[in-house]
Amino acid sequence: MSKPKVGFFDFASCEGCQIELTNFGDAPFLELLNHIEIVEFREAMSETVDQLDIACIEGSFTREADRSRLEKIRARSKIVIAYGACAATAGINALKNHQSDYKKNVYGKDADMPHLDSTKALPISAAIKVDYQVLGCPMDKYEFLDIISHLVHGKEPVIHDYPVCMECKRRETICRYEQGDHCIGQVARAGCGAPCPADGIPCEACRGFVSDPNEEALVKVLMEKGKLPKNRAETKSRMFTANMRRDAR
Amino acid sequence: MTNIHIDVHHLTRVEGHGNIHVDIKNKKVEKCEWRVPEAPRFFESMVRGRHYSEVARVVSRICGICSIGHTLASVKATETALGIEITPQTKKLRRLLKHAENFDSHVLHVYFLVAPDLLGAPSVFPLVATHGEVVARALRLKRLGHEWGSMLGGRTTHPTTVLPGGFSKFPTIDELKALKEKMLAAVPDLLETVKTVQALAPKVPIFSNPTEYMALHSNDEYALYDGDIQTVMPDGKKETWKVSDYKKVTNEYVVPASTAKYSKNKMASYAVGALARLNNNFAQLHPEAKKIAELYGLKPLNSNPYMNSVAQIIEAAHSFHESLAIIDDLLKTGINDEELVKPARFGTGAGATEVPRGILFHEYSYDKDGICTDGNCIIPTNQNHANIQRDFDKLVPELLSANKTEKEMTLALEMLVRSYDPCISCSTHYLDITFIK
Repeated sequence: MSKPKVGFFDFASCEGCQIELTNFGDAPFLELLNHIEIVEFREAMSETVDQLDIACIEGSFTREADRSRLEKIRARSKIVIAYGACAATAGINALKNHQSDYKKNVYGKDADMPHLDSTKALPISAAIKVDYQVLGCPMDKYEFLDIISHLVHGKEPVIHDYPVCMECKRRETICRYEQGDHCIGQVARAGCGAPCPADGIPCEACRGFVSDPNEEALVKVLMEKGKLPKNRAETKSRMFTANMRRDAR
Repeated sequence: MTNIHIDVHHLTRVEGHGNIHVDIKNKKVEKCEWRVPEAPRFFESMVRGRHYSEVARVVSRICGICSIGHTLASVKATETALGIEITPQTKKLRRLLKHAENFDSHVLHVYFLVAPDLLGAPSVFPLVATHGEVVARALRLKRLGHEWGSMLGGRTTHPTTVLPGGFSKFPTIDELKALKEKMLAAVPDLLETVKTVQALAPKVPIFSNPTEYMALHSNDEYALYDGDIQTVMPDGKKETWKVSDYKKVTNEYVVPASTAKYSKNKMASYAVGALARLNNNFAQLHPEAKKIAELYGLKPLNSNPYMNSVAQIIEAAHSFHESLAIIDDLLKTGINDEELVKPARFGTGAGATEVPRGILFHEYSYDKDGICTDGNCIIPTNQNHANIQRDFDKLVPELLSANKTEKEMTLALEMLVRSYDPCISCSTHYLDITFIK
């Protein structure tokens, strides 16, 4: 396609994925602007347009009031990319989905006020058709570039479907379990390059599960090798994959 | 011009979603409101049931711009609750990380969100053609802040290495040396930034609305990472409180006509952020930062909220120079691969840190297994909402009597909100939402 018109939109999120876009440095970012035209981006600009080639949407679908805004973006965009975990899987926002009292817990006696309407946190694909996803919390800014680059060149981006463990092996990171810790990289979708175990913390599957994860085996390994108590082992994967667990499907 | 109707829906160039509504009929201000329709996200509820080692990684997701600050406030609160005393090295590395966030965020705000107003552009993108070097410089400095924070925190958006009790990974001496080289190479960009802001300073609107300014205060340094709570009143009188007493100074309340929850202490509202810190702790600024303040004619007490962006540049220089000194100190002492300090007990504790937009409080309770049972976060932007409204109430009649047009008035109000650098995703983790009817 010729220099595509790209817009950025945000829903329930921390807006950290759009901040990642400012971290490329001068040369790479200015080069990116040679290949795409950023025409709409509320956090960064006041301009707006009618038609978009690519809409990049950040954040989760958490209330009916946001459905029409999503539908309008869809209607004027050729391609919709859900970027970041909140948009792609609902990520951390879904950590409250299993609770029934979250409104009362946070808002107390005001919990029933109409503007505090918030149902389960869902990926934006629950409201509109999504063509591509950039996973991760935060998204990997270079993976974002890679997907945009594929689209600009008319190619299909490759989405990995193997676990984070493979990336730890590749970069020779000592397994968290060998360090007396726990980890859920064995069921987490790779593509990030496994930065967290390399930084000394467990993978918490911010990119979601691989297809067909073995959740029973995960709980067993967390208890037997990770020494987590039963309750922690059973709830560990709520951190970023609450919507993908069997109990939520 | 007797009737004015301003309806800014989803104000641009701020973090999160905010609306401005002003109605003026026959020269009478009938409505003048700052509203926040951001979707609530329920973080205090989400942390319940999480292990103490996971809580900071949950709440860092409150905000992508100040996720380092949320992480630090969170681990500090958890450490208080768990009776953990961190080592001097951990404190030094966290101070360096805090400076990185302050620098990074201030560069982002001043260059990408405020500068377009002062240069008469709708956004930073048209400036690529008209002010290419300024944009390239902004991107270089932003990248520096990112690399600086990533070296300590693993990454700047949702850091990985910062844990209760210390760090999971340490920078190497070579990495510190490389960072110092990069920072020294960025000095010309920093000097140019000071000049750019000086050239734009005459375009900063003149307005004054004295208020109570709240910030952390420490006897040891210009407080960012740690300190007690302090406020300075319009008459210069200061008072301090312990962080554990944070609820006594934040006093959240609900406004009858609106559902937004505001904060107040001694006055009807108070302000937090770079200008509040400068007003409280000016004498402790790095000499290089003080020189810049002198250049801009900014000294305490300054009660022009538009000057917050100028205060941010002064602080960016402060963080830059303080960090060079911390790096030199670390290069001298070396860095030990310290183990995490283990919990001594499980209970309740509060922690505070200064994030770019102001003072941030977190508090948690943990059960005997280290599982979080309760959480509370009080966010800078929440604390500023009442002060923004109070500025609106003074500014709109002033603009009206100066016969400003609707367009000029809209820009002045938008710029006012932007100058506070509101972080609305942050603020709406809690009750700070008004319903757009």
